[in-house]
Amino acid sequence: MMEKIILGRYLPADSVIHRMDPRAKLMFIFGFVLIVFLANNVATYALLGAFTLFVVFLSKVKPQFLIAGLKPVIILILFTFFLHVFFTKEGELLAEIGFFTIYKGGVIKGIFISLRFFLLILVTSLLTLTTPPISVTDGIEALFGPLKKIKVPVHELALMMSISLRFIPTLLDETDKIMKAQMARGADFASGPILERVKAVIPLLIPLFVSAFKRAEELAVAMEARGYKGGEGRTKYRILAWKSRDTVSLVLLAVLAAALLVLRS
Amino acid sequence: MDIKLREVEYRYAAGTPFERLAITDVSFHIPSGEYVAIIGHTGSGKSTVLQHLNVLLKPLKGEIEIGRRTIVAGRKEKNLKDVRRRVGIVFQFPEHQLFEETVEKDICFGPFNFGVPMEQAKKRAREAVQLVGLPESVLERSPFELSGGQMRRVAIAGVLAMKPDVLVLDEPTAGLDPRGRHDMMEMFSSLQKKNGLTCVLVTHSMEDAARYADRIVMMHKGRVYKTGTPHDIFRDRDSLTAIGLDVPETVRFQRLMEAQLGRPLSRLCLTPEELAEELSRMRRESL
Ligand SMILES: Nc1ncnc2c1ncn2[C@@H]1O[C@H](COP(=O)(O)OP(=O)(O)OP(=O)(O)O)[C@@H](O)[C@H]1O
Ligand SMILES: [Mg+2]
Repeated sequence: MMEKIILGRYLPADSVIHRMDPRAKLMFIFGFVLIVFLANNVATYALLGAFTLFVVFLSKVKPQFLIAGLKPVIILILFTFFLHVFFTKEGELLAEIGFFTIYKGGVIKGIFISLRFFLLILVTSLLTLTTPPISVTDGIEALFGPLKKIKVPVHELALMMSISLRFIPTLLDETDKIMKAQMARGADFASGPILERVKAVIPLLIPLFVSAFKRAEELAVAMEARGYKGGEGRTKYRILAWKSRDTVSLVLLAVLAAALLVLRS
Repeated sequence: MDIKLREVEYRYAAGTPFERLAITDVSFHIPSGEYVAIIGHTGSGKSTVLQHLNVLLKPLKGEIEIGRRTIVAGRKEKNLKDVRRRVGIVFQFPEHQLFEETVEKDICFGPFNFGVPMEQAKKRAREAVQLVGLPESVLERSPFELSGGQMRRVAIAGVLAMKPDVLVLDEPTAGLDPRGRHDMMEMFSSLQKKNGLTCVLVTHSMEDAARYADRIVMMHKGRVYKTGTPHDIFRDRDSLTAIGLDVPETVRFQRLMEAQLGRPLSRLCLTPEELAEELSRMRRESL
């Protein structure tokens, strides 16, 4: 049941994108998120779309997996689209349905905004699809490292993040198992009135919490037993290496930004 | 209640990049009232097969006949409650399913779901607790303050209280002490013999399979490797070792002894009792 969720999961493969330094990828995504807002006409959106497709192609992630992973957010994108179509009153009047009016400007804006949304989600999910969660946290820890000077517990935050990421699949597995065990005892999670269904979740949630707490405690004890005392003086197992392809990726992004600046209206 | 599997196939995460074939072309028959053991190396698909027996998983190919009901791949199934009541599954490490405030309430969870009235459910809870060898006083306690082995027993009692026709057990005694293990296995066996319960047991213990089963299904890499009576299965040590299993200790002892004697005993003994009997008979004859 839980196994269909693809958003936020890593797909091991060998591609340029997979091999990039997570710091570069994070900087790239951050830059991309800003750049997307530069696009405001057909030419700029076309360029942005082409660039994104090129990145997808480089990543060797099969498009159907991306599409499958995007399914849950498609509704959100459609919602934004219709919001703009119905509520933007610009340009010539196209149609009138009941008390809804549709203007040309609204349709164009709807398309642009949902396209922007779509590209953003595509590129960010590409990050998680091509980077092991652990590398993402390593990257974040490295990028935010300077904040340690002003007493931000960067290492601890990164550790918390990597532990949570590590245990998401475990928790999903566990949910699946407990759900099946309760279904075998006649529990019904899928039908009935809403109040009944809320109540039906209790036999699932309690065992889940109990085991999560137990696991947390065991993990804490195991870490302490192996001498963990926080980030101070701790050496690293995975050492990040910045390669020329990482520089190239950021340069490409800068070129894209420049092109968008020239083309935008 | 008979259960028949015909060419069942199942894949986890079907249609995603994480797709994984778990079982394929699995066919076997669980006759009503029999004790069937499923053995196989870890990861061979035993637990996956079990989850098909009460339609927690639906086959992607093939079909399963459960009593009068037939589950066919690709067809929507509704109203599975009756199947779930009649086929009770005790999962691997069932203690993780406990959630109620008291042991009694937890055991009654299954019966309540199947519409058993309060008084009768409580009566069943008392009986079930006795069956699994716990004192009645445990009923009022919280399941979370029990030891691991006690929790395991409570979880098993929770399935017994459903009074299923078919009892499916996924390594129910892993992690219990030897005495508890023996008592538990004897209890399942007597339910099967006295109450006509059908039993399906997944186990890594060849000794248990040899002692209790009427029929053994050997699984290997998601397929049925061989089925037969314990005698058929344990006579052929080579095919067992080929898939990472072995014969029970008793059979090993018998084979070693035969090698030293230079001649075979008159029959294959599957339990220490049988072997002791056979050896003393030989001794009497030779005197
Ligand atoms: N929830 C799941 N998601 C994906 N793959 C799974 C899942 N459960 C089992 N598998 C895979 O299916 C195959 C069969 O697993 P199964 O649990 O049926 O084996 P098993 O014979 O019960 O093993 P064990 O003796 O260790 O309990 C294994 O390769 C396993 O990795
Ligand atoms: Mg198993």
